[in-house]
Formats: sequence, structure tokens, C-alpha cells
Amino acid sequence: MIDAIAALWSPLAPTPLLWIVVTVGAFLLAKRLNKACNKAALANPVLIAILLTASVVLATGQSYSVYFAGAQFVNFLLGPATVALAVPLARNFRYIKSSFVGLGLALAVGSVVSICSGIALVGALGGSRAVALSMAPKNVTTPIAIAVSQQIGGVPALTAALAIVGGILSASIGRHLLTVLRIQDHRTHGFVAGVVGSGVAAAEVSSLGGLAAAFAALGIALNGVVTALATPPLAALWH
Amino acid sequence: MIGGFFLLLACDLLGEALRDAAHLPIPGPVIGMLLLAIFLVAFSRGADPEVPPELERSAETLIANMGLLFVPAGAGVIAQTNVLEAQWLPILASLIGSTLLGLVATALTMHLAMRGSMGGAK
Repeated sequence: MIDAIAALWSPLAPTPLLWIVVTVGAFLLAKRLNKACNKAALANPVLIAILLTASVVLATGQSYSVYFAGAQFVNFLLGPATVALAVPLARNFRYIKSSFVGLGLALAVGSVVSICSGIALVGALGGSRAVALSMAPKNVTTPIAIAVSQQIGGVPALTAALAIVGGILSASIGRHLLTVLRIQDHRTHGFVAGVVGSGVAAAEVSSLGGLAAAFAALGIALNGVVTALATPPLAALWH
Repeated sequence: MIGGFFLLLACDLLGEALRDAAHLPIPGPVIGMLLLAIFLVAFSRGADPEVPPELERSAETLIANMGLLFVPAGAGVIAQTNVLEAQWLPILASLIGSTLLGLVATALTMHLAMRGSMGGAK
């Protein structure tokens, strides 16, 4: 039986098309599963899609490099998708002008604390330098996190997984934590979700309304810029 | 749709070219994003930047389905199982601890700064 599947599979395996179909199919299935779970943060569609795709690759005995040779065509779109974040950034530009001091300070402090505490905690617990550098940009939106990780010598795949799980974590606890701190302002809820939890938390916080969603979009794009600028010099402090 | 996609790819290319030429330590797509945002804000006449409908459609489609684009990179963890096995404690503790610290630091700073500068408007 296994041999029969392998015999059918192996002539298909070298084509990039196969792995694109597996990747997109896994994502569509994951979105359905997420809907069936009432869009719970833990049933994150990206996480499910990654687990499904990884299972298929492992079950067929293929290596990651064979998979990526096909899936790189999906991965390539991360570039234009990152550039597309300019649209929500420009659209919500007036909020930058009206809340300049609050946004600027929160961005600077939040970004530096996230980067440094990520590196320092890995180091303090005996983790390797490559893992520490992979941890540094984890709170920023995944495409930028992957690019920064590559730039500073981290492991991009590890950073991608950390960014997604970190986003799920922020989405699950962020709003409860802010309520405990007695913070109710929707602008703060939105911006914090965007800066620390990027896309996953931003989707969750947008249930508060348009103002929260606008500040979350700003948080994602602005922290993307700040983290891309600040991580290389901060990472150089750790040898 | 195609016109918008062209603009996104062109800004991405411009960002990569600038990064190469000036040896900037910032990823090319981030430079491209900044260039496009500056372009949109600088060429707006009203209070809010006007986004060409073509660009808006492409950008919204890409952003709404961004999750799909992380899957190839994320599936790379299967090549990292030895790192995860050997260093699961520093990875897990740092991810949780650093995310918590980031949330508290960002929220408190913005809360205090907004209260100071905006009179606590809701």
C-alpha cells in the first residue's frame, strides 16, 4: 500500500506545482477548520496550515529543500505583500499626526523591550546565539520578521514559527492584560495589538471597532520599520 | 488589479535596488513600503491620502491572504527539529516572557504618554 502511494507520488514530486497545490490546499482546509472552531485564536489557520503542510512533506519522505523548491513561488509574494502595508499606513496617516507623542514613545519603548528581552532571555537560559537572533524580531509582522532574521544571521524558519505563535499568544492575552492594567482606550488596545502581536492580534482587536483596527494597522507597519532599523545594531551588542 | 500589482512589485524592486546600492541594513520590501507610503501621502490633495482603486484592490487581496504566504517559511521548522528539541526551554520561556514584557511596556508607555498629551480622551 505504502509502496503504491510512493510509486504514484514520486513522478509528481519534482514539479513545483505539486507543492504549491499542497500549500494552498492546506491553507484553505485550515481556514475551514478555523471557522468550525468559531475562529478561536488557538485554532489559528496559519499554524494549522503549517502543521498540515509539514505533515505532508514528512509523510512523503521529502526534504524541506525539495518542498521549498516548489513553494518558493508562494513565498516570493511576501515581498509585494509587505509593500502593500503602505496602503493602511498612508490611509491612517492622520492618526500619526494627532497622536504623535504617544505613538512614537510607545513604539520606541515597545520595540526595544521586545527585541532586547527576546535576545537576553534566550541567552540567560543557555540558548544559542542563532536562536537568540531568531527570537529578536519575533514580534513584528511575519514577512518583515523573516527578512530581518535573515539579515542578522538568525534562522528565518524558526523566526517565522516564533512570529506566528507570538502573535497567537498576544491575541489570546493582550486585551485581558490591558484590562488588568485598567487601560480602556481603543487606540491603545489597537496599537499594542499591532506592535506586539502583528496580524493575528490586529484581527482579534478589530472587533473593538474601526479606531482600534486603524491603530492596529499603524502598529504593524510602524513597528515593521522600527524593528528593521533597530534590530541589527541591538543584535550586534550580543557577541 | 494588475496595475496595482505592478506598482507593488516596482516599489519592492526599487527598495531592493536602494538597499543594494546604499548597503542599507533594512530589508528591501520595508524600504519599498516606506517609499510607497511617502508617495501616497505626498501626492494626496485632501486631508486623507487617496489610494488608487487598482492599488487598493491588489493591496487588500494580498494583506487579506497574507497568512498563506507564511506557510512555506513556517514549514521550515521541520528542518529545525534538532534545535527545537535541544533548546525548547529557552525558546518557549523567551517567547512567552518577551511577548508579555513587550505588551506591558508598549501599553503602559502609550497610556501614560496619551494621558499626558491628550487629556485622557477616549
